[in-house]
Amino acid sequence: MTLNRRIFIGSGVAATALLSAPMVRAQGKPRVVVIGGGAGGGTAARYLAKDSKGDLDVTLIEANKTYTTCFFSNLYLGGFYDWEKLQHGYDTIAAGGVTVINDTATAVDRAAKTVTLAGGQVIPYDRLVLAPGIDFKEGSVPGWTLADAEVMPHAYKAGPQTQLLKRMVDSMPQGGVFAMVAPPNPYRCPPGPYERISMVAHVLKTTNPTAKILIADPKENFSKKALFEEGWARHYDGMVDWIGPDRGGDVVEVRPGSMEIVIDGEVTKVDVCNVIPGQMAGKIAALAGVTADSGWAPVHPDSMRSKLDDNIYVLGDSSAQGDMPKSGFSANSQAKVAALAIRGELLGARVFPAKYANTCWSLIAPEDGVKVGAAYEPTPEKIASVQSFISQTGEDAALRKATYEESLGWYAGITADIFG
Amino acid sequence: MTPRALVLALGLAVAGALPSAADPLGDALRGAELFERQCKACHQIGPGAINRVGPRLNGIFGRRAGALADFTYSKSMARMGADGLTWTLETMDAYVKNPKALVSGTRMNYRGLKDDAARGALIAYLREFSDRPQNIPEAVPTARRSDRDLDPAILALKGDPEYGEYLSSECTTCHQADGSDQGIPSITGWPEEDFVVAMHAYKQKLRPHPVMQMMASRFNNDEIAALAAWFAKLD
Ligand SMILES: Cc1cc2nc3c(=O)[nH]c(=O)nc-3n(C[C@H](O)[C@H](O)[C@H](O)COP(=O)(O)OP(=O)(O)OC[C@H]3O[C@@H](n4cnc5c(N)ncnc54)[C@H](O)[C@@H]3O)c2cc1C
Repeated sequence: MTLNRRIFIGSGVAATALLSAPMVRAQGKPRVVVIGGGAGGGTAARYLAKDSKGDLDVTLIEANKTYTTCFFSNLYLGGFYDWEKLQHGYDTIAAGGVTVINDTATAVDRAAKTVTLAGGQVIPYDRLVLAPGIDFKEGSVPGWTLADAEVMPHAYKAGPQTQLLKRMVDSMPQGGVFAMVAPPNPYRCPPGPYERISMVAHVLKTTNPTAKILIADPKENFSKKALFEEGWARHYDGMVDWIGPDRGGDVVEVRPGSMEIVIDGEVTKVDVCNVIPGQMAGKIAALAGVTADSGWAPVHPDSMRSKLDDNIYVLGDSSAQGDMPKSGFSANSQAKVAALAIRGELLGARVFPAKYANTCWSLIAPEDGVKVGAAYEPTPEKIASVQSFISQTGEDAALRKATYEESLGWYAGITADIFG
Repeated sequence: MTPRALVLALGLAVAGALPSAADPLGDALRGAELFERQCKACHQIGPGAINRVGPRLNGIFGRRAGALADFTYSKSMARMGADGLTWTLETMDAYVKNPKALVSGTRMNYRGLKDDAARGALIAYLREFSDRPQNIPEAVPTARRSDRDLDPAILALKGDPEYGEYLSSECTTCHQADGSDQGIPSITGWPEEDFVVAMHAYKQKLRPHPVMQMMASRFNNDEIAALAAWFAKLD
């Protein structure tokens, strides 16, 4: 109990009460503060604590007590994965020697090297790791603001939004229309919107076979397009209408009040509208002043160190690093490189050359899994893809089933690697 | 003209006769004897062959690993088949030579046949019962896959477990450090040699899985040894 009280400092009253407590417990030990306990930050905090064997003072600041993975949240929409299994707590990370604080970081003072929390606490650091994921660009979809997410959910940060979208899909009227506004590049999980379409189509095929799916997309091409199109034709023939920029998919407006979507001037009444807006680095990265005009935070390819501040590392979706897609796998891979670089700097640990990797699995229909992946290495300019592979169209059912089963293994593996 | 056709054509020109009927892989008669002694306790082959402890071997070449619907394969063999492993001269040669190098968890309780000539003979015999012998390139006797054999110096490398621990973080995104296997095999507690041989089989693209081929191909010999040393310690 004592342990829990010390580790889980909630926001609000508890945090304020603790303000009088000494700010720095372990004077002398180098301090690393990690903001964001997702795929990138969770991994970084855990590996920093584990590998430094107590020689680093590691603090993780995370807004939520429970992390809901975006990965596999589409499978939840499709009825293939339980909601509870997407939830992960911070107990194991804390037990591994990380001080976990459940609060929101509101400011970074780079000169003083401190982080300020919503609860008022000020936390000093020697190195800061920023892994706050994404935020949405206001105004990127005309007619939609974050306040409309209750009516037209994004479901692109997993949590109540995901559950809302599932309820909406499950209760669509017979023969209704599901619309998606797909995001412009770059965004998290390049195949994510299209895996989601597959999962929605699977649900509708079983419960609502006359329903239709519309996708308005500003991109000519998207990840695994040939595989998805083949799968949609095979499993959901005639249900999915993908409208690319050649058909005006890039000229879109939504009307949450009347549940309408306007594609290239043509108004369609819809029953569910999933708006996935344009994205940028999680806000705290901009507040810390480490983002570029693009909205993302440029980093050195060999270490994930910010190009704008030597004491800050940026991991995962927020970083602008080169060729790696914004994925949980990438964030996890980058976190390990950064954790080693930080231990090298602060503790003189042996630093080995950086290697990065990514694989993204997607489910198209029951037991019909596909994957795309690549290995990466740092060059002076960027993290560059050095080798890649992708599932092929026309693969047989046994291979697709094995790929799906492998994805279940991957989910178990990566969540154990991050959260224990 | 393919190199093989060229060899045959040259042979014809020089000898002025049809090439010898002897199988360039090896002596199938000797193979039959080997089969009798080493394989028959578990496998049947030839007219009326049925599944026993191991699957029947008629028509093995050109077939997917783990593909007989009426035989229950080990999880590893089924997985290899799903990954795309097909029995060809090359893959069969690797399997007979060292079953666990190709299919780590195979139930085939066989140490492997290291002698090249003996293996060639056995494979020549097996091939007589395949419908699709065209799937096996006719190779001159010297065209053994010895270039694919692991240099003993590679097997002798001592891995640096500290380096292995760092590199292992690349593996644990998918393979669990506590050895759980679900959809993705466990890689903890393996004898180092098995680990090294398996990684090189991916690197040489003998084993079919694309993610593993990619991961293995970027590790050099020392790094593979380091990983083997590290994972051998986890159990
Ligand atoms: C539908 C969907 C499907 C996906 N499928 C896959 C997949 O199959 N495979 C895959 O690899 N990836 C997948 N992804 C992508 C993956 O979820 C992200 O790329 C990954 O989570 C990025 O990790 P991160 O650490 O950068 O950010 P996140 O995991 O989003 O973590 C950021 C954390 O920071 C916290 N935070 C933010 N700001 C603050 C602050 N100021 N103070 C305190 N805490 C803060 C947040 O609460 C959050 O917990 C998918 C994404 C979506 C949307």
